[in-house]
Amino acid sequence: MSMDAAGLGRGRAVAFALPALVLIGVFLIFPAIWTIYLGLTDYRLTGLTAADPRLVGAGNYMTALGDGRFRNSLWLTVQFVLGSAIIGQAGLGFALAWTMRDRRGPVRRVVEALVLLSWILPGSVVAFLWIALLDRDGGTLNALLGTPGAAWLLDHPMLSIIVFNTWRGTAFSMMLYSAALENVPPSHLETARLAGASPLQQLRDVVLPRIKGHVLTNVLLTSLWTFNDFTPFLLTAGGPEGRSEVLPVYIYNVALRGGQLGFGAAISFLVLLINLVFALAYLRLLRDRREVPG
Amino acid sequence: MNLVRHVLGRIASAVFLAVVVAFFALPMLWLASAPFDAHPSVTASLPEFTLNNFRAILDNPYALGSIGNSVIQAGGAAALVVVLAALAAYALSRVRVPGRDALLYVLLLMSSVVTGTAAMVPIFELASRLDLIDTHLGVVLTVSGGLLPAAIFILKDFMDATPTSYEESARVFGASPLQILRHIVIPMVRPGLATIAVWAVANVWGGFLLQYILLRDPDKSPGSVVLYTLYTEGGQPNLSLISTFSLLYSLPVVLMYLFVSSKYGFRFHGGIKR
Repeated sequence: MSMDAAGLGRGRAVAFALPALVLIGVFLIFPAIWTIYLGLTDYRLTGLTAADPRLVGAGNYMTALGDGRFRNSLWLTVQFVLGSAIIGQAGLGFALAWTMRDRRGPVRRVVEALVLLSWILPGSVVAFLWIALLDRDGGTLNALLGTPGAAWLLDHPMLSIIVFNTWRGTAFSMMLYSAALENVPPSHLETARLAGASPLQQLRDVVLPRIKGHVLTNVLLTSLWTFNDFTPFLLTAGGPEGRSEVLPVYIYNVALRGGQLGFGAAISFLVLLINLVFALAYLRLLRDRREVPG
Repeated sequence: MNLVRHVLGRIASAVFLAVVVAFFALPMLWLASAPFDAHPSVTASLPEFTLNNFRAILDNPYALGSIGNSVIQAGGAAALVVVLAALAAYALSRVRVPGRDALLYVLLLMSSVVTGTAAMVPIFELASRLDLIDTHLGVVLTVSGGLLPAAIFILKDFMDATPTSYEESARVFGASPLQILRHIVIPMVRPGLATIAVWAVANVWGGFLLQYILLRDPDKSPGSVVLYTLYTEGGQPNLSLISTFSLLYSLPVVLMYLFVSSKYGFRFHGGIKR
């Protein structure tokens, strides 16, 4: 028996941890493994009953590689991540934190409250808000921009979901960068300024080296979340004609709406692998930063 | 020269902030006004104040019920996650099991890798086979499985930070491990438990994909799913009704965040919302 403070002992410790581990095993670990198997089958959902799956090996992956719809979806996802996670959320989040770094008082409170509220509101509510704003007839945006009748969701579906996702996720980046910028000593910036460095030079030479870890963390997390985000489905369902069918929406449309469970599982496994790369990089960063003294 | 640059910089930053405020405020102004407007789609005219939309929501068979469903699913998941994560985090914090840190590391890794997107097919399959389709239990279990690793990780940090001396003396006086956990450890890590609970509730409240694939029956669907069906079903969507429902559905989480931030101070735990 080990000498732990509460006198738990190994046996009881296992009993305490077991319920959580079982739940994680059944609803997290097992689905991940099962995806691998299902992805190797021709499993189809026909009507209400599923036909028995047959192993087809790497067939689904071969099909995907030759499938224009899959490649289109992959390319749209790249655009979505670059546009809304990196340029949108991380870029705008940093710009906001930077602009507000020496502001106190009402302006800062208003900006923080607004941005934070955008983060707290449920995703489906935010999706609906943007649908209403972008509406062709009577949408507020058309009234403001003087573009009556412009059908944003139909004519610019990718732009629509990129703006929507930027709106929804900028808060996290802003908060992260606000905290990071507090670690940059104002005296260093002042010295650089007196030495004649332009704001851009100050940013590059003084600020960026100090918050590099935060930037990487931020870009990794917002990219991972955006890469897996299903809410574009609420705005466009992937349409029109697949022009905004990012990967999560594609998987849903192919597997659960189209009934091709095996094929969908194969694509899911690819998503799983890409997530693994993101997550490993993130954990690596966390560990590196913990080891840095101070 | 320097002064000119400074003034220009101030103007640029003020303009930038004004644009951003407008960008973020616009949807919220709409959310705050449309429910009270008789014709929310006509933006050119002044809003015509009405409370009829709230009456219409009360008459809608699914609207209020779906908020009840959200409460059941979010409350169930929060309770399950807090209890199971506290037990597991306590055990992992106090007892040295070989491979403990590696286990936690792998679980945390899995929870950010196995998302609804990457696992929607097997989760749908699993729920079908376990007869969990169209049940609150199915949603609660699936969501909890995904939230538990991070919850355990965060709670273990809280538990590691509390001194073990009280537990030792309680043990000397003959308290059982469960008694020690309940009367000594839990009160000390209460802010951690609150964080986890709020995070779990926000996750279920804002979640859509898992609920959408696990629930077909509108009587069981939470607000997030009913909002979408209100929008897509039956020809021209009724913007007044949907905006009113959106406002009602948003209030609980917004109030929860306000309450928590006034009580514990708002903090971000590593992007914990999603």
